Amino acid sequence: MLLGHVAFALLGRLGWNQLPPNAIAYGGAAMVVGGLLAVAGLITYLHRWKWLWKEWLTTQDPKRIGVMYVIVALIMLLRGAADAFLMRAQQSVSVGSNQGFLDASHFQQIVSAHGTIMIFFVAMGLMFGLINLVLPLQLGARDVAFPFMNASSFWLFFAGMALVMASLVLGDFSAAGWLAYPPLSELKYSPTVGVDYWIWALQISGIGSLLSGINFMVTIIKMRAPGMSLMKMPMFAWSVMGSMALVAFAFPILTVTLTLLALDRTIGTHFFTAGGGGNAMMYVNLIWAWGHPEVYILVLPAFGIWSEVVATFSRKALFGYTSMVWAIWAIVILSYTVWLHHFFTMGAGADVNAFFGITTAVIAVPTGVKIFNWLFTMYRGRISFRSPMLWFMGFVVIFTIGGVAGVMMSVPAIDYQVHNSLFLIAHFHMMIIGGVVFAFFSGLSYWFPKIFGFRLHEGLGKVAFWFWSVGFIVAFTPLYVLGLMGATRRLDHYDASLGWQPLFIVAGIGAALIGFGVAAQVAQLVVSILLRDSNRDLTGDPWNGRTLEWSVPSPAPFYSFTKQPVVQVRDQFWADKQAKKSHKEYEDVLLPKNSGWSVAVGALAFTFAFCLVWHMYWVLPLAFVGVVVTLVVRSMNDEPEYVLTAREVEKLDQAQARKVKEYEAIQS
Amino acid sequence: MNQEVALELRREHEATEKTIFGFWLYLMTDCVLFASLFAVYTVLRHNTFGGPNGRELFSLPYVLVETFALLTSSFTCGLAMLAAQRKAKHEVLFWLGVTFLLGALFLGLELHEFSKMAAEGNSWRRSGFLSSYFTLVGTHGAHITIGLTWMAVMGLYVRSRGLTDSVRKRLILLSLFWHFLDVIWIFIFTIVYLYGSLNV
Repeated sequence: MLLGHVAFALLGRLGWNQLPPNAIAYGGAAMVVGGLLAVAGLITYLHRWKWLWKEWLTTQDPKRIGVMYVIVALIMLLRGAADAFLMRAQQSVSVGSNQGFLDASHFQQIVSAHGTIMIFFVAMGLMFGLINLVLPLQLGARDVAFPFMNASSFWLFFAGMALVMASLVLGDFSAAGWLAYPPLSELKYSPTVGVDYWIWALQISGIGSLLSGINFMVTIIKMRAPGMSLMKMPMFAWSVMGSMALVAFAFPILTVTLTLLALDRTIGTHFFTAGGGGNAMMYVNLIWAWGHPEVYILVLPAFGIWSEVVATFSRKALFGYTSMVWAIWAIVILSYTVWLHHFFTMGAGADVNAFFGITTAVIAVPTGVKIFNWLFTMYRGRISFRSPMLWFMGFVVIFTIGGVAGVMMSVPAIDYQVHNSLFLIAHFHMMIIGGVVFAFFSGLSYWFPKIFGFRLHEGLGKVAFWFWSVGFIVAFTPLYVLGLMGATRRLDHYDASLGWQPLFIVAGIGAALIGFGVAAQVAQLVVSILLRDSNRDLTGDPWNGRTLEWSVPSPAPFYSFTKQPVVQVRDQFWADKQAKKSHKEYEDVLLPKNSGWSVAVGALAFTFAFCLVWHMYWVLPLAFVGVVVTLVVRSMNDEPEYVLTAREVEKLDQAQARKVKEYEAIQS
Repeated sequence: MNQEVALELRREHEATEKTIFGFWLYLMTDCVLFASLFAVYTVLRHNTFGGPNGRELFSLPYVLVETFALLTSSFTCGLAMLAAQRKAKHEVLFWLGVTFLLGALFLGLELHEFSKMAAEGNSWRRSGFLSSYFTLVGTHGAHITIGLTWMAVMGLYVRSRGLTDSVRKRLILLSLFWHFLDVIWIFIFTIVYLYGSLNV
């Protein structure tokens, strides 16, 4: 009895009974724990802990932070994809008397985890990764505005990810869908820790995103190279600016919404409860007032990547630069006026639905402007179909099909028919995978040599592209049909007489093809690393690029530029190449010192959230005091920077040039 | 002035500019946060679920005292900033102290009001209206608490380091934060208390 009280005081809801309930769940837990042990073992075996801590974990260099984002996001992509395969397999077999291999609750957890992971920890991770890698270089800046905050953002993102993964081992995950609508997500109907894991994983990584939004906004507005007026910025930078403006004005709404749900669940408020004067539809409004801008937060940087890739591989300046900028800002504004189209069926009345239907259809206009601008950029260009460009071709087809389906659903009368059906699922996967994920894959293979000094294997990249694109169409076209036939989302079982099974099996085959695409990408990474000597980027400009990031050697040195560039025109680097201008100058460089405090911020946030989830209340004040002390101690340190003199920069630069010569000698 | 010093000054200036602009952006995000809470309050304010409404709960004279405490603290915070520009260390400490006391008075009055309501059975559990009331006003109060903690730390900085450039930069941020909370309070006073007492 006493022991029980002590255990409850110390561990809250945590106990042995919280370990996974069945074999499949045990498999997931074993993979998490096994993977962690394997990585830890490998690092210990190679004696790399110190190196890892000094070179990576405590770094404030945006390029390295970007790499860490990308690594985490790719690992989470594997997790999210595994969830997708489980769902496709379940829906292919769970017909009639066959109940499949996943019970209903487990299936709902997998659906919720898939959505949450893919948006928050894959798409957002890849986005912030690429922004960190590329944006400062493109602006001719050596760093972001607030390096410490940037590193802390990453560690908050990491803490959120860790919480989601922890739910595989201890307790369960939310089974309330990726946006956890109440009243289902309220304590009464979801009494376990699942929804709490969901809330705090999103809350923590969301605060990281908000800080990043502020950081990149200031970076773009205050840190561009001398001479780079806003209208001379690369289009990727413009798109990031639009996206970060959305982050700054949308993520606080998410913070509030999650907090209110957490208050409902922990201290008994009545915001979204069914009784007590709560209003569940208010949650749906709030979450989409964040959620719709979120879609554009992801897609705008993707559009920016396309603008860079298409211009580079068509050997032409981007068509319609000014109209591109206006399109971005039109999308930014409009994206705040469409949230209600996610729930026309709420029954807000004809006038309200008509307004949101029209704004939704209107937002297709600036998007169309962008598509046509890219096509006109290609027109009469000297196009080379390298894999980044192939992803673009796939994007145009898939995104346009998905986009047209979206315009269809913008008509409220049609939306009533297909609301919450697989038609919708097919639509938004075409937008998010075809639009966002393809762009990030394209961007990764485009900028990979800049970061690592060698290109990704082209052949395997093409294999991955074809498996992904074909698999994608095979997997999602049947869902349009199924949706029209009445199949709803999150379906763990259906009746044989409906005749849906063949289409679900086709969708499953499509998923398997995508699986081969993912495998090809893993193989591409491994093969590229093994064969890196034959794929070296010796010039720093492997694609005949146009913007400033290609003016520095590959891999980009940690000081980025030997001297901050001066800009006179758009595509300054292209202009310099035409004018055959190249001269090296050196200057003193100020760089941020490494800091373990940003890791501490992440660790404390994880501890705080983990203990909240499990009701280990005694830890909360400790974690809170830890955060305050961290902030105060960190703020006492006035000069977390060091100087690299012009002489040292010159030495490092020449060392890199010598290395290039050696490789050239080996090659010839 | 040699080149190194010039570079150092330029860098310092740029860093200050970046920090202040970044802090402004943060305040705008905080503004969206409060806007969401105001929206929630507006949606739920009539959902009293059989419990008391604002007219029955709020005492305007009491809230007026709170308001004057906070508005005056904003004024004294401004005086502290003027003193900081003149680099008058003791004056800064004095006015920061006054600001801190007024802020603490405000917070004390608010907590007293909260505990009185809760003791009468009208806590945040009572109704959707009271949930949104406690959360909106409480979030402002939490910000005030952070501001007071920050002010205390700044007081120690001013005492131990004097009014260096970096200390003054932080004082500017603190005063931005404090005035911002004042503006939010004006809205709370109007939307929660005035409208609540009229029960419209």
